[in-house]
Amino acid sequence: MSANPTSDITLVDAGRLAVLQEMRRDPTVWVLGEDVGRGGLWGQYRGLLDEFGPERIVSTPISESTIMGAGLGAALVGTRPIIEMRMFDFVMCAMDELVNQIAKVRYMFGGQAKPAVVVRMPHGMWRNSAAQHSQMLEAWFAHLPGVVVVCPSNAEDEAGLLVSAIRSDDPVLFFDPKDLWTAPGQITDGEIAPIPFGKARHARKGDALTIVTWSAVTPNVLTAADQLARDGINVDVFDLRTIWPWDQDAVAASLARTKRLLVVHEAVEVGGFGAEIIATMIDRLGPAAIKVAKRLGAPRIPVPFAPPLENEVRITRLSAPCPGDSATSPRGHRGAAQGNE
Amino acid sequence: MATPGGAPAPAGDNLRRLTDLYRMMVRIRTFEETALEAYKLGEIPGPLHVSFGQEAIPAGVCASLRQDDRLTSNHRGHGHALAKGADAATMYLELYGRDGGYCRGKGGSMHIADFSVGMLGANGVVAGGLAIAVGAAQGLKLLKSDAIAVCMFGDGATNRGPFLEALNWAAIYTLPVLFVCEDNGVAAHTETRTVTAGDGPAARANAIGVPAVTIDGNDAVTVDETVARLVADVRAGRGPRMIHAMTDRWSGHTATDAAAWRDPKKVEAAKTRCPIARLKSVLIERGLAPAVLEEIGTAARNEMHAGRAAANAAPWPSVPSAYDDVQSVGAVSGGR
Repeated sequence: MSANPTSDITLVDAGRLAVLQEMRRDPTVWVLGEDVGRGGLWGQYRGLLDEFGPERIVSTPISESTIMGAGLGAALVGTRPIIEMRMFDFVMCAMDELVNQIAKVRYMFGGQAKPAVVVRMPHGMWRNSAAQHSQMLEAWFAHLPGVVVVCPSNAEDEAGLLVSAIRSDDPVLFFDPKDLWTAPGQITDGEIAPIPFGKARHARKGDALTIVTWSAVTPNVLTAADQLARDGINVDVFDLRTIWPWDQDAVAASLARTKRLLVVHEAVEVGGFGAEIIATMIDRLGPAAIKVAKRLGAPRIPVPFAPPLENEVRITRLSAPCPGDSATSPRGHRGAAQGNE
Repeated sequence: MATPGGAPAPAGDNLRRLTDLYRMMVRIRTFEETALEAYKLGEIPGPLHVSFGQEAIPAGVCASLRQDDRLTSNHRGHGHALAKGADAATMYLELYGRDGGYCRGKGGSMHIADFSVGMLGANGVVAGGLAIAVGAAQGLKLLKSDAIAVCMFGDGATNRGPFLEALNWAAIYTLPVLFVCEDNGVAAHTETRTVTAGDGPAARANAIGVPAVTIDGNDAVTVDETVARLVADVRAGRGPRMIHAMTDRWSGHTATDAAAWRDPKKVEAAKTRCPIARLKSVLIERGLAPAVLEEIGTAARNEMHAGRAAANAAPWPSVPSAYDDVQSVGAVSGGR
């Protein structure tokens, strides 16, 4: 870690500083999306209109298809748009432009196109927003060739990954974790350095178990890991930061040591990216090298509204390990992570 | 036909310009006739959408464009690409899926693009090019360029949401976009009028605040003159404009669609409105030597036959190239 001094900052402001830095550095970087001139729904562009004007901080109509497609068109003539989707769930209105156009143009046109866009899609549960404002579908996009999928979990990573995203020639789908917008964090003072894609953050060190996670659930995983540490059980925790590409080498090296793998994501467990991680590790290390591999995610239900119902989906509570299973995992709300060694 | 750099020659009754229009229309027709023949012999895989009857529109539109103007196209886009300046032989290579094609064999007929002449790509999704065109215009404006964006789409696209969104967008930001609706009356396999309410594309555009004019899209002279006027408006920063060009599609939706569902009388009537025959009679009336017209036809046939033969003989792309140009970071490698 850097020895440079740090400052306290929230995740939303860390992202804002990254955009500010890159817009000052590169006059072809601009932002388009609903209400961005007013700072954006979450304040993630606060103050930027004053410095850059309405040509580069472009408040748009509620026209998701065209916000996405215009971003692509502007990239094709050599600018670097940051496409703001307001909330992840609204990208459903722009799926043609994202999936059929942005993700395809470089390949389909034989390398002529450079779709250098960042698509910011604040995702996940936030204050009981119910089924159309709470989704975590990042696994869909890991399944989509042609894009980079970024899922930060803290202020420093939000900033450094956003700098990389803006400078990237690939389309970058950037999933801001809504629930962590105001979480306190730190950022290294001075210029925000880019954080490379595909390099996990090794957040906790231990030999008992390898935990892989990302995005808004990460702080809860770290709390669980710290609780286990107080009980003398030290776990390796990797915050992937990006799920495509993802840091297979770091996870494999850890798992070769611990032989126990738990993937924790806020998204629905069924068909989630956790399944891909476990399958990849079985391919790389062989089934005999792994004693247990488990996923902990949401049940396959839409995110409900009422707080007790939403909590059923959220991965928060800790409970004691199962009897006879002292070194497996933090417990989920559903007791889902049954060790089977 | 796009003029590289500089201002294009003025529209009007300039015989040389009309001859150039004619040449482009004949090249488009001959390109597609040749492609269709090859398709029927199994030389060309995949879907192929031809535009017989519509040639005056791409030729007339691109006659007033500069090479650095950008154009988005649709699934029926061979004419758009040729008129914007794409090379026929390289297009054939792509239609055949061969090495050296515009998209290195990744796109085919439906995805021809030539960024070097401002052709930002044909598109397999109806109305897919509208948002891209307005974004290109917005980017050009941000870069302080005086190039413009031109968006070619069909009547079917005006029933999709992006038509509303993109026209509204271009109007509110006063973007340099020329929208060109090629109205051939059929959306895939359905007569558009049977599924469209209201007074049609131009009325919709005007209601949104994009001045639109309906013209006879089979009259190359009218297309050329209208486009020249509207391109001047758009380039001068007066905001977007739309041309609603009435035309005919003689063929079915794809090369495998015999169009048995269409009323043969209507198709025959459409053929009497052939834009090429029409311009030819204008040229003869104005004194162009028949030998010149014949030479244009011969040159087009020679060009297209040579392109077809070269494509048919060209090698396939290497299989490992299937892994190229997906993305820079996180790309998977071939050879598994």
